[in-house]
Amino acid sequence: MHRFSHAGRRAAHLTMFTCLLSCVTAIAPRPVAAQGAITSNAFNPALSLILDGKYTNYSRDPRDYQISGVLLGEEAGLPSRGLSLGETELAASANVDDKFYGQVTLSISDNDEKTDLNVEEAFVQTTTLPQGLTARAGKFLSDIGYQNSKHSHTWDFADQPLVYRALLGEQFGDTGVQLKWVAPTALFVELGGEAFRGSEFPASGAGHDGVGAYTAFAHLGGDVGDTHSWRAGVSYLDTDAVNRESTLPSDDIVAFTGQSRVWIADAIWKWADHGNPKTRNFVLQGEYLRRKESGNLATRLATAAYDGTQSGFYVQGVYQFMPRWRAGVRYDRLSADNTVGPLPIATPLSDDRDPSRVTAMVDFSNSEFSRLRLQLADDRSRARSDRQLILQYVFSLGAHGAHQF
Amino acid sequence: MQKIYFLMLLGIVFNVPANAALRIFSCEPEWAALAKEIGNDKVDVTSATTPDQDVHYIQARPSLIAQMRRADLVVCTGADLEVGWLPVLLRQGGNAKVQPGQDGFFDASSAVQLLEVPTSVDRSMGDVHPYGNPHLQLDPHNIAKVAAALAARMEKLDAADASLFQQRSTDFLLRWNQAIDKWTQDGAGLKGMQIVTHHRSYVYLDHWLGLEEIGSLEPKPGIEPTTGHLAQLLDQVKNKHVKAIVRSSYQDSRASDWLSSRTGIKAIVLPHTAGSVPEAKDLFAMFDVIIARLNEANK
Ligand SMILES: [Zn+2]
Repeated sequence: MHRFSHAGRRAAHLTMFTCLLSCVTAIAPRPVAAQGAITSNAFNPALSLILDGKYTNYSRDPRDYQISGVLLGEEAGLPSRGLSLGETELAASANVDDKFYGQVTLSISDNDEKTDLNVEEAFVQTTTLPQGLTARAGKFLSDIGYQNSKHSHTWDFADQPLVYRALLGEQFGDTGVQLKWVAPTALFVELGGEAFRGSEFPASGAGHDGVGAYTAFAHLGGDVGDTHSWRAGVSYLDTDAVNRESTLPSDDIVAFTGQSRVWIADAIWKWADHGNPKTRNFVLQGEYLRRKESGNLATRLATAAYDGTQSGFYVQGVYQFMPRWRAGVRYDRLSADNTVGPLPIATPLSDDRDPSRVTAMVDFSNSEFSRLRLQLADDRSRARSDRQLILQYVFSLGAHGAHQF
Repeated sequence: MQKIYFLMLLGIVFNVPANAALRIFSCEPEWAALAKEIGNDKVDVTSATTPDQDVHYIQARPSLIAQMRRADLVVCTGADLEVGWLPVLLRQGGNAKVQPGQDGFFDASSAVQLLEVPTSVDRSMGDVHPYGNPHLQLDPHNIAKVAAALAARMEKLDAADASLFQQRSTDFLLRWNQAIDKWTQDGAGLKGMQIVTHHRSYVYLDHWLGLEEIGSLEPKPGIEPTTGHLAQLLDQVKNKHVKAIVRSSYQDSRASDWLSSRTGIKAIVLPHTAGSVPEAKDLFAMFDVIIARLNEANK
């Protein structure tokens, strides 16, 4: 995800930054203890570092970016034009002891103005609760939907689905707690709920004394024979927004205060040749999101009532046609039905065009640790179509990545 | 509060009554076969992978999380062979019994001496296994060591069936050791036989039978064969007496076939696990087929 810099709130601490870099240089080459020998090194957390860089070209100015029918979160938008560094991500994880596991993911974004260090995730999780329960506390990406909890380096496209950008501010993560339960059945059944601080889009301002967002989700999944597998789910996110600011291309700021609720239905189906995804595989994935917001919108000069329903879906297919090579297409579509009282400035909420986007990509992975991607899109988020080209590299150093479904 | 009642109700509805069979989650088919040899009908064994799958590249699929959730015992090769997916399953399965360090987690690599333990690792060496080569099941002596350790673990976990497990494992080891003698005898002529392999997954077989590995089709472990590397390998084998190009059933045949067509060296599939070729239904048949196919190629 491309996170725009936030003045003050997420300022980089340079001393910490340099410490991180010196820690990272310790990753490779890694000395290995001979079998049976215990060294203090063996207790080091698994460290990994993700390098992400892009070249982008747009037919329209990315600074004017907006999506008809919605007010965007401050972190939603397009990567800047030309050569840019994406998020450099540093992750460390390990079992804390026999009962807890901990994980930290820091992302460093560097743009023209400054370098920002963000805590993307920092959580502890239980490993030994009874009855299939797992509890988690800290900052983390919510398990709502399918795409939401995926880190950007594991995405199948260079950017998020439009509906995630529009309704969840790219993706929803916050500081909170989670309880998950896996049923003892052959069919995969997972139920869970989360409570969050409520300071991240679509929430804002940590309402309700700092517990301003709740989620509930259910996921089902399984295999069909040796070559097919699937997962489907439904999720709900209920948030309070207090002065949630959106900056319009005109530089006017609109602040939303009220309730924002999101419903998600997701489904993914995977096929692998002989069940072995390394050679050839196909992934079909789609999600539908619907958001209802009600409350007030405030500008510098006026306040107006606002009631909105925005919904959208994406569907994508990615085919690995030979080892290391994949090609994919994605279709996005959104629509909105908003009622806004009189305001002195025009907002995208009153624009009733249905945004859509068609994306195609091809990528090459020399190994599990390196990926090069070309992506083309025709983005109709705004009044006129924007033709977008993205060339991207994603490299990972250090610990072996997780093969998430 | 209502939600908690709901969860409890679901727990009652879905909970399978505790039955006699020890539920075993095996990462690979060879350990599933071994657990079945020891446990027979007192174990309910599932293998997370099939012989057609590359066990380095499995995804943490929902079905595997569900299996992990219900397991009494997890049996895996270890040594980071399953590093991409086993930790994810352990974290998401919500099963306290099978976490590393518990009796419900069995790591086969801890029962044997690993070969090719690197002194330092760097990814320019490919997706190298940092704790040593984990493809340890292709030396039958290792299977015997794992069988003894696994039987002891199963006895500890299921006291009611412990005497059966002990009796069956003793019987298995007796037959297995006799079989090793026969395979070693039948394979005596293979000492010094030169082979090329797809991945570095036959080093334990080389070590046992004295095969000489001239090169790998993969330029680096985990990196798919490239034309440049194959051309280099072609030069390399010209002055040698390579008798076979060896791959496993899950590996793409194109690189083997290419080298075979240019050199006349036979490309063969050796079973790497139970069930990987139709004739290798169990662990005994697996080594029968390995010895027979190598002898055939070495003629
Ligand atoms: Zn390997």
